[in-house]
Amino acid sequence: MFKSYWVKILIKGEIMGKISLEVNGRKVEKEASDNTLLSTFLREHLQLTGTHIGCDTSQCGACVVHVDGNSLKSCTALAADVNGSKVTTIEGLETNGKMHPMQEAFKKLHGLQCGFCTPGMVMSAVDLLQKNKKPSDTEIRDWLEGNICRCTGYQNIVSAVKEAATKM
Amino acid sequence: MKDFNYHSAKDSKEASKLASSSSAFLAGGMTTIPSMKLGLATYKDLIDIKNIKKLSGIKVSGKSVTIGAATKHVEVSNSKDVKKAIPSLSSLAEGIGDPQVRNRGTIGGSIANNDPSADYPSACIALNATIHTNERKIEAAKFFKGMFETALKKGELIEAIEFQIPEKSSYQKHPNPASRYAIVGVYVAKHKGDVNVAVTGAKSCVYNDKEMSKALTGNFSSSSIDGMDLDSSEMNSDMHASADFRASLVVTQAKKAVDAC
Repeated sequence: MFKSYWVKILIKGEIMGKISLEVNGRKVEKEASDNTLLSTFLREHLQLTGTHIGCDTSQCGACVVHVDGNSLKSCTALAADVNGSKVTTIEGLETNGKMHPMQEAFKKLHGLQCGFCTPGMVMSAVDLLQKNKKPSDTEIRDWLEGNICRCTGYQNIVSAVKEAATKM
Repeated sequence: MKDFNYHSAKDSKEASKLASSSSAFLAGGMTTIPSMKLGLATYKDLIDIKNIKKLSGIKVSGKSVTIGAATKHVEVSNSKDVKKAIPSLSSLAEGIGDPQVRNRGTIGGSIANNDPSADYPSACIALNATIHTNERKIEAAKFFKGMFETALKKGELIEAIEFQIPEKSSYQKHPNPASRYAIVGVYVAKHKGDVNVAVTGAKSCVYNDKEMSKALTGNFSSSSIDGMDLDSSEMNSDMHASADFRASLVVTQAKKAVDAC
């Protein structure tokens, strides 16, 4: 029994790796198997369940987070693959309990109904405004190509992003 | 997703040394990771090549634009040098997937995967590209072998793609309304001696349409290919577009590309 225990550790030792990230300004270090997706790492290893998994096939965008300042779909990246990076999730947007201007705008202008797509939608929209301070309606719609919402019909989402652009 | 070992290679030499018959190189992972999640592909080892500095970057010389294999789509679409030398190549990159895919996906990955409806392979054919690997140089015309099949050998790694700067060029596609991949995409490039008409999405592999090339080399005007009746017998047919519709789309997109040149 003693022997088989050590064999397991050794085998595990081969496929596990240490993941070091800075998530929402906090340094984290955890062991995770090499096939751990970034979305799984955030939700199950760090309990940051604000990042949602919708389609799990990189179509819907509910899992969008920022890695080193750029948005990516966390269901289509390995945790090992972004090792050493700075990650921002929806939980990292607020400052001292105050919502981010994008979150405020989504709330004010009803940019959500069921709210499932919202974390990804907000993270994508924040990335857009980091790169383009005054986007046109077309630019907003083009940018949100990879974020699917089945409730709102997008009108209020576009309005919310425009409103946030005046506050950021 | 099944278990595998993740490796991050420091240079091409290490990457190719780690390669085996059950390994894959990982660049942006925009196709590799979804295929593995769906169980369509399994590997024992994934060899990450993103951190190899030599594989990223864009260089423009008098006659060509050379793009490192691990250069991301967003870097190609934003590059002032590419916009100036081959504007159609930068707009092709801007039209791939969505912003998150463009932030991550790479040109080398797209070409190595050779998806029948990928955008970049058409650029390689139209712009007489040379694919530089860690072992040799391969002409684009000899690189794309068939559906998801290329001339790459086991452990051979694409390092850069060298595109010839054309006199004029344009890429036009009819995208799938949901996923935005090219149901049909046509890259027209007018070089000094001849015209290439590279077609993606229509058949099992990208190809240069000889008939249209010949017509456009004679007279570079959309009227010279207007109403051309292409053979649709080898064209893809699915719920999104029948073979005949694809054949018609090829002509429509080619005309649009010529007019946009």
